[in-house]
Amino acid sequence: MTDFSHHEPGASGAAAESGVPLGSLSTGPVEPDGGAAAPARSPGAEAWRELRRKPMFWISATVIFVFLLMAVWPSLFTDIGPRDAVLADRWAKPSAEHWFGRDLQGYDLYTRCIYGARASILVGLLTATLTALVGGFLGLIAGYMGGITDTLLSRLAEVFFAIPLLLGAIIFLFSFSQPNDGFFKTVMSIVLILVILGWPSVFRLMRSSVLQVKPNDYVQAARALGGSPLRIAFRHILPNAIGPVIVVSTINLGVYIASEAALSFLGIGLQDPTVSWGQMIDEGSEQIRNAPHTLLFPAGFLSAAVLGFIMLGDTIRDAFDPKSR
Amino acid sequence: MTSLDKSTDVATLGHGDAPLLEVDDLYVEFHTRDGIAKAINGVSFHLEAGETLAVLGESGSGKSVTAQAIMGILDMPPAVVPRGAVRYAGRDLLTMSPKERRKIRGPEISMIFQDALSALNPVFPVGWQIAEMFRVHKGMNRRDAQAEAIRLMERVQIPAAKDRVRSYPHQFSGGMRQRIMIAMAIALNPRILIADEPTTALDVTVQAQIMALLQEIQEESGMGLILITHDLGVVADVADRIAVMYAGRIVESADVLPLYADPAHPYTEGLLASIPQLEQKGKELYAIKGLPPSLLRMPDGCKFNPRCSRAQDICRTDDPELREVVPGRWSRCHFAEEVLGD
Repeated sequence: MTDFSHHEPGASGAAAESGVPLGSLSTGPVEPDGGAAAPARSPGAEAWRELRRKPMFWISATVIFVFLLMAVWPSLFTDIGPRDAVLADRWAKPSAEHWFGRDLQGYDLYTRCIYGARASILVGLLTATLTALVGGFLGLIAGYMGGITDTLLSRLAEVFFAIPLLLGAIIFLFSFSQPNDGFFKTVMSIVLILVILGWPSVFRLMRSSVLQVKPNDYVQAARALGGSPLRIAFRHILPNAIGPVIVVSTINLGVYIASEAALSFLGIGLQDPTVSWGQMIDEGSEQIRNAPHTLLFPAGFLSAAVLGFIMLGDTIRDAFDPKSR
Repeated sequence: MTSLDKSTDVATLGHGDAPLLEVDDLYVEFHTRDGIAKAINGVSFHLEAGETLAVLGESGSGKSVTAQAIMGILDMPPAVVPRGAVRYAGRDLLTMSPKERRKIRGPEISMIFQDALSALNPVFPVGWQIAEMFRVHKGMNRRDAQAEAIRLMERVQIPAAKDRVRSYPHQFSGGMRQRIMIAMAIALNPRILIADEPTTALDVTVQAQIMALLQEIQEESGMGLILITHDLGVVADVADRIAVMYAGRIVESADVLPLYADPAHPYTEGLLASIPQLEQKGKELYAIKGLPPSLLRMPDGCKFNPRCSRAQDICRTDDPELREVVPGRWSRCHFAEEVLGD
């Protein structure tokens, strides 16, 4: 099972390091391709050039692509509807016809796993993007400006940081979401509460990263050569400080998917008739002795999606670090 | 080839008589938790176009802070400039708005740093960083700026500049990195270049190459050069004048050759005596006793008196002024004539 008790998902350096050992898949030496005086590539383009050569990038990207495809276009993967139930066949074991078997209601488990991707991927992507934007932006400001701005923002972050993720989410969702809310409204309220409770971890990371970068000589040099504060913050500090945020955000994406599953598991996230992995895990866990496949398949999908994003985060980190080239 | 001649339009600025750069009675303090650290206490000097002024001093003597104050890159707070002026072609830089100052930094006054590896941004190719100068200050497009960057890299004698333009700072050797730093600093033909220990992080042969390059660029462009260093050897061949700093003030100022031949301040005397000489082989090296004073607690009287072998009672009570001992030679010592005579 995924560890739901994490309050600060993957924010510590150790968590970022403990992923798949992708660093060992370093590529060959830098090739000065051609003598032509082409314009210098942007760091993003350089990172892309690096990524293209890494098998681990293609593997994780493929996994994520498949999940994205499931989320957008589930009927591509299955002809059966998510609510086509054959009650007589409930808890049917996996077979050639129904690869994953059937669950309590006689739903086809494979189909349900496919349809469950949408909610999970949506929650994960939106939450990770928004926390990275909010936390990253405020962290950059706090770290760069320092002084009273830093103090105020840091204290504000600590207030939110002090609220346990799951407890906060439970209270929020209990008070503000109705059982008969539509799909998007429920997803959005989950995203909203995860962002509200999750941005401080990105904020802290960004702030400390900026503080580390700021005293460097090249920031001084940029000032000495006439760079404006805005340019220094966004052109010189941000690219040097953003690495950890990208990595942790990609890893957090997996954690947010797991959090959504946890909330659905507890019965306050996505509700029937919306299909989600968390909900399926909830149902499956009640029948773990009787029909373990009803737990294992959705849990496997969840793990694969989380792993895919964590692997991607790791390769992206390596690609953005010029020293690993 | 670069046309680095800006010296011709000095007069057009409308301050014909004003020196290119004039630092006038400058004070810099750092307000720290332990008290006020007086890093610079009344430093004055001037620099003309085409001239090289060496600012010599040991760590903590205030030479780098002076450079940062001129550039306006001191972190304020904790730094405070309670008094003084830094006039560039007659205009006081310290009273300018941040926006006006940014227009001076880079195109007019530029700076190179001690350790080029840490002074270059690690995530951008060097060509991008040189080109940034043209894009920010001149609004050039990417391609033109890139062409300028290659031209500058050739100017500072980086082999295969066209291929190297997309390399990252860590892929260069120390000397090459310093050349790139120089290329960035001279990109916009500044009239003043401040070099803060430009060769300290390099080995001796590379030091000589970098100094030769700086000298060559200076001769070609006629810019004023402020060379900040603690290395007497680096200064000797290059500088026109030397200002020796101790405890945040200038203790001696003179042309290079007279100063080397016959110092007028005991501190300079001590510095010169501590250069290892071949004929001294086997003998003990001379060292100035003691440590520089804490900037938080300066001694009474002459700031050098606790370490000075010539110190008398007057040195412990009266702080000497910087005075002209003989024409062109300034010393902050009660017994400057005696020191000069020895």
